Amino acid sequence: MATTEITTHTFNAESLLAQFPSVVTRPSLDHPSFNVPSTEILAVLSVLKSHYSFDFLVDLTAVDWAEGATPRFTIIYHLLSTTTHQYVRLAADCLDNEAPSVPSITSLWPSANWHERETFDMFGIQFTSHPDLRRILMWDGYPYHPLRKEFPLAGIETELPDVEVAAETKVKVKAAPMAGGPFVALSGQVNMTEAEPMAKDQSWTEKSEKPE
Amino acid sequence: MVSSNSELAYNSKIEGDVVVSRADAVINWIRTNSMWPMPMGLACCAIELMAVASSRFDIARFGAEVMRFSPRQADVMIVSGTVTYKMASAVRRIYDQMPNPKWVIAMGACASSGGMYRSYATLQGVDRIIPVDVYVSGCPPRPEALLDALMKLQDKVRREPSASNLLKS
Amino acid sequence: MPTDMIFPDAAARTAAQNHDQEKMHLSMGPSHPSTHGVLRLQLELDGEVITKADPVLGYLHRGDEKIAENMTYNQFVPYTDRLDYLAPLANNAAYAIAVERLAHLEVPERCQAIRVITSELARISAHLMGLGAYGIDVGAWTVFLYSFTEREKLYKLFEELTGARFTTSYSRIGGLAKDVPEGWTDRVLAFCDQFLPILEETLTLLTRNKIFMDRTMGVGVISKEDAIAYGLTGPNLRGSGVALDLRKDKPYSGYEKYEFDIPVGTTGDCYDRYMVRGEEMRQSVRIVRQAIAKFPSGPWYATDAKKIFAPQKGKVLTSMEELIQNFMLVTEGPQMPAGEVYFEAENPKGALGFFIVSKGGGVPYRLKIRAPSFCNLSIIPKVCVGEMMADVVSILGSLDFVMGECDR
Repeated sequence: MATTEITTHTFNAESLLAQFPSVVTRPSLDHPSFNVPSTEILAVLSVLKSHYSFDFLVDLTAVDWAEGATPRFTIIYHLLSTTTHQYVRLAADCLDNEAPSVPSITSLWPSANWHERETFDMFGIQFTSHPDLRRILMWDGYPYHPLRKEFPLAGIETELPDVEVAAETKVKVKAAPMAGGPFVALSGQVNMTEAEPMAKDQSWTEKSEKPE
Repeated sequence: MVSSNSELAYNSKIEGDVVVSRADAVINWIRTNSMWPMPMGLACCAIELMAVASSRFDIARFGAEVMRFSPRQADVMIVSGTVTYKMASAVRRIYDQMPNPKWVIAMGACASSGGMYRSYATLQGVDRIIPVDVYVSGCPPRPEALLDALMKLQDKVRREPSASNLLKS
Repeated sequence: MPTDMIFPDAAARTAAQNHDQEKMHLSMGPSHPSTHGVLRLQLELDGEVITKADPVLGYLHRGDEKIAENMTYNQFVPYTDRLDYLAPLANNAAYAIAVERLAHLEVPERCQAIRVITSELARISAHLMGLGAYGIDVGAWTVFLYSFTEREKLYKLFEELTGARFTTSYSRIGGLAKDVPEGWTDRVLAFCDQFLPILEETLTLLTRNKIFMDRTMGVGVISKEDAIAYGLTGPNLRGSGVALDLRKDKPYSGYEKYEFDIPVGTTGDCYDRYMVRGEEMRQSVRIVRQAIAKFPSGPWYATDAKKIFAPQKGKVLTSMEELIQNFMLVTEGPQMPAGEVYFEAENPKGALGFFIVSKGGGVPYRLKIRAPSFCNLSIIPKVCVGEMMADVVSILGSLDFVMGECDR
């Protein structure tokens, strides 16, 4: 395989697929998109960075395909080439549904540090060999991972992060009053009658209990 | 708004250089016309708060352009923006550090009741952790609305029995 | 003067040479006048020199991405306003274009031109705010008042167009909320004409000002490699010498029709970032003038997107088919095909991106907001080390981030 594959024109997908046989194309509506096994993601990303001039990590996030799906979590990487102005999307499935984890790519791009911390915070995905994996948007002791599909939008009651203020004001982190939940259509249904907006099962108001 | 607490009686022929008045009236007059805000500027409402402080709407007319970020020097805390649970502790601590007398204006929908952010991370109204005197609706409220709130707060302060409160404590 | 007072060495001193208890731990924020919102910086200081800087975010995390999974595409537009709340019109346009990419929907030219004009006016508004706030931070109060006066004129224009001063919620999927009113474009041109001299006057207060130059030149230098490695975009990236601007490199919404220059800095210090923002405002005025000169007539929304854009109210109230269509769109949202898209637009703060996973229907399955301020802030632990305490304020002001979009 030639090592100087710096292309100045359109991204050459065939050579990438030839170099990594386990990588397959992923259906996408815009940019070239590939499914990569999580064991090889570091290798693929470093080849894309060094040989295909994708030097800019645009975004790193995850998608939760809900409980029961296999694989449940998919990490999505977006890369940009500052020279050819091409985007590419990579998707790596987490092998374990209960304790998802992928290798961290902070060794390739320092910007991944915070993106991975956010993904850990929101989804609970462990990034192995991350220098400092702790929560970034929620406070450090928060017990849940909010963007998981089973976590309700209203939240779950827990303690305030500051012990002194909690003792002084007797306030807890309460579930927001939803009165049945956001009244919105379901995502994914294309059948009009089934797609009618329905009340999602969220926490009831604080004044009245959720009816059984 | 005239009430017995706000009378300042002054007749130059009789009193000369001496103004006779009720203690409440004088104390409230001083307090209302120099309310120094502590801008708890959290989100978009903070931009409207800055617009109130700038030349078009000019909160300086009310004596309140001195935005003191140190709570020790402030009178009124204007909570402008969404209060999250993570931030709630900081808001409460800063409120506690303000010396009496102190008031709170909850500016905007998010500070009053959580606004359009009914989610796991947003405190549904800052009145859950600190006592609020004036609520301003709007997302964000126009600067005129915030000035109206300040005026309503001034009216509220004018009705307070300040002298007896001071002597009590 | 002892040799160990030279700043870069102080930062590199190990804990063995310098007892840890001599370092002061200072928590700057979250309520602080210079942190531009609710940012907390946990600083470790050796005298006046920073040895470690750890930003703590999340004080404005409101759960936007979770909310997006429970809203139709059009219902989410007000939430995009409040991301970068200094330039809401730009966020609205970026979000609408991202969702339209799901359906490969091309909006008509008039709609694209209006989106360009409003995004550029929003850029002027955001940079003026950044300039004003930066001025206050380094001690120049007058700049704030001048720039806010200009912003009030912009607010008047936005209010006439959308009904709100700044949280506009102006775009819809497939078009806009309404067309421009009569004579609005003339008023925009009048604003541009009187704005340029005032901009020059405002910038004169800072550009050759000795105090400002001392506080910003050579401070917070970000190299080209660091800027790319840490994911910076927007004026921060261009200030460091990387000529990447999505309006020129991946044109969207008709930007390829307009002629404008991209200011690029050389040294990557705070002064360069400030100069880049100043020049960008002049270029924005240039774009607005061209867009109004070439302002196309025609529909301002996608007329053939029956399942995406609501029909006009006159028809809705008189005709059955449009009534049903409006009902379906309001209750179930614009029907988008299944798939994944990622689109990022050149917002004033950087590249604001939306990654949307759709399973069909009117509600997204996953919406990730790639916030430019989140990535811009990630360089703080690197760039603040070795600088003095007062320089941190200057660096934060020059990075010009907004916590609304950083925390979402």
